[in-house]
Amino acid sequence: MTQLQYKGTGSATGRTGSRYWRSKSAYLGAIPFLLFTGVFLLYPTWNVMSGAFKDNYGVSSTVELKAVFNSPIAREAFGNSLEISIKTAIVGAILGGLFAWSIASGKQGGVFYKVSVALSSVLAQFGGVMLVFAFLATFGFNGLVLTFATKFLPTTFLADASWLYSMNGLAVLYTFFQIPLMVLVFLPTLENLQPQWREASDALGGKFYEYWLRIGIPILTPSFAGAALLLFVNSFSAYATASVLINLADFLTPLQIATALTSETGGSNPAEAKVLSFFMVIVVIIAMTLYALLRRNVSKWEQRR
Amino acid sequence: MKQGIGVKIWRWSIIAVVGLYLLVPLYAMFDFSTKPYGFENAGRSLRAWKVIGSQESLLEAVTRSLITAAIVMAVILFLVVPTAIWVQLKLPLLRRPFELLCLIPLAIPAIVIVVGIAPLYRWISINVSESPITLAGVYSMLILPYTYRSLSAALDSVDIHTLAEAATTLGAGISRVIFGIIMPTIKTGIINGSFIAIALVLGEFTISNILNFKTFQVVIAQIGRTDGQVAVAVSVASLLFVLVLLLLIPNKKRQGAVLDVDVA
Repeated sequence: MTQLQYKGTGSATGRTGSRYWRSKSAYLGAIPFLLFTGVFLLYPTWNVMSGAFKDNYGVSSTVELKAVFNSPIAREAFGNSLEISIKTAIVGAILGGLFAWSIASGKQGGVFYKVSVALSSVLAQFGGVMLVFAFLATFGFNGLVLTFATKFLPTTFLADASWLYSMNGLAVLYTFFQIPLMVLVFLPTLENLQPQWREASDALGGKFYEYWLRIGIPILTPSFAGAALLLFVNSFSAYATASVLINLADFLTPLQIATALTSETGGSNPAEAKVLSFFMVIVVIIAMTLYALLRRNVSKWEQRR
Repeated sequence: MKQGIGVKIWRWSIIAVVGLYLLVPLYAMFDFSTKPYGFENAGRSLRAWKVIGSQESLLEAVTRSLITAAIVMAVILFLVVPTAIWVQLKLPLLRRPFELLCLIPLAIPAIVIVVGIAPLYRWISINVSESPITLAGVYSMLILPYTYRSLSAALDSVDIHTLAEAATTLGAGISRVIFGIIMPTIKTGIINGSFIAIALVLGEFTISNILNFKTFQVVIAQIGRTDGQVAVAVSVASLLFVLVLLLLIPNKKRQGAVLDVDVA
């Protein structure tokens, strides 16, 4: 990518290039953008990061930080958030990865391929209100499965929809948008596997499973892990689905943040919201750093298209 | 490459299992929305679908969301894209900081941005007005990494320095260079970015809900509390709408870009 930039007369280092392009006043052109990001991105970020080390009156203190860190409720929510994110990232990555393989091994550009990709891009965005509706329509009272079960099955164990409101139920919902996201992230990787590798393996007498065990899986592992990290961040930051499904709950960190921020019963505590946000950001930064490190290894072969 | 029968069985069982997981809830929505209303016991009914048009709060919310989307797109077209080109052309030293700035939102979950922006939002809605501008500002930051990615890919594939110098030699001013010469050549990247903007704004719930701004998703959730069938019917309709839109404009590059959007 970077080599391309040297093709022009401008340069990435700023030393060469035609002279009349360079002047101090050019920096003025970046100011509107800086102001805008300053207000809508840097200010909120700074507000949260510095706010984590202040109390509700703006006096700097680590009392709130310590209080949240030692609070059993906050700890449990954080644990829950991590647990559901790890679980749905792994399950989503496996199911989505397999599905991506099923798409990639079919005819490229065929109807199945096109529909699957379009559907995935729609459903990856599907978290939140509509997702909850979909699962209530499936498993809820008067839903599809219940109607079916009462009509055709001797038992009605499926009729009980209360599992939907548990952590596992929520995980089932999250996985619903994790799978399509995985398809979107992982499909390009699978499509970049060189057919020659497969042919070489075939020519040397390698079987299907041998190709995957010795060539495919080792080569795909970093991309796969990277995609799983994205999925982790995706569900770790998710708020909408849980908040629509279970009103007034705070068993996940994002829900606790919202409660701390908006509580209408007078318990509103912005400082607590900031501390919780601070911890969330730390986790996301760790995950994204790992992701960047993994991508660096991957990009060597993947980017030669 | 020839597939053995075992591979085929594997492939189709994966497709069947995952396909059922993804499609049954969608079918269930459709099924639910056409169930007979109340205690009528006669077959299917399209009542929920017919009353969609008469939901005033919904139409207002759609308008509001579309206005927000338009503002976001304007920010992309007149601020983000020109700045990206400007930095690429004239400020090579700022290229890395600019990239870093654009990628910050990846590390900041939507819920965290809400926490940070809430005081400002409150201040603006009390002292200025409760316009969608603040919301649009936050949204354009949320999609900044994706806009940046599709833009930088597009900018890398075109030699904009030569283009810019040729245009300047022929007498074009700088705004002509940016808006008239370079932007048309990276049209695909810009369209990708705008598409993401619409998808994000129509699907966003977290921020608007907490800031109490009645966008499309927030209003659907509200309707869901009084008339589930109508809310579900609207959901199915909007899903189908987006799906058809995606299928009608088959462009592998664009789809690749849409897919990256974070589900918040």
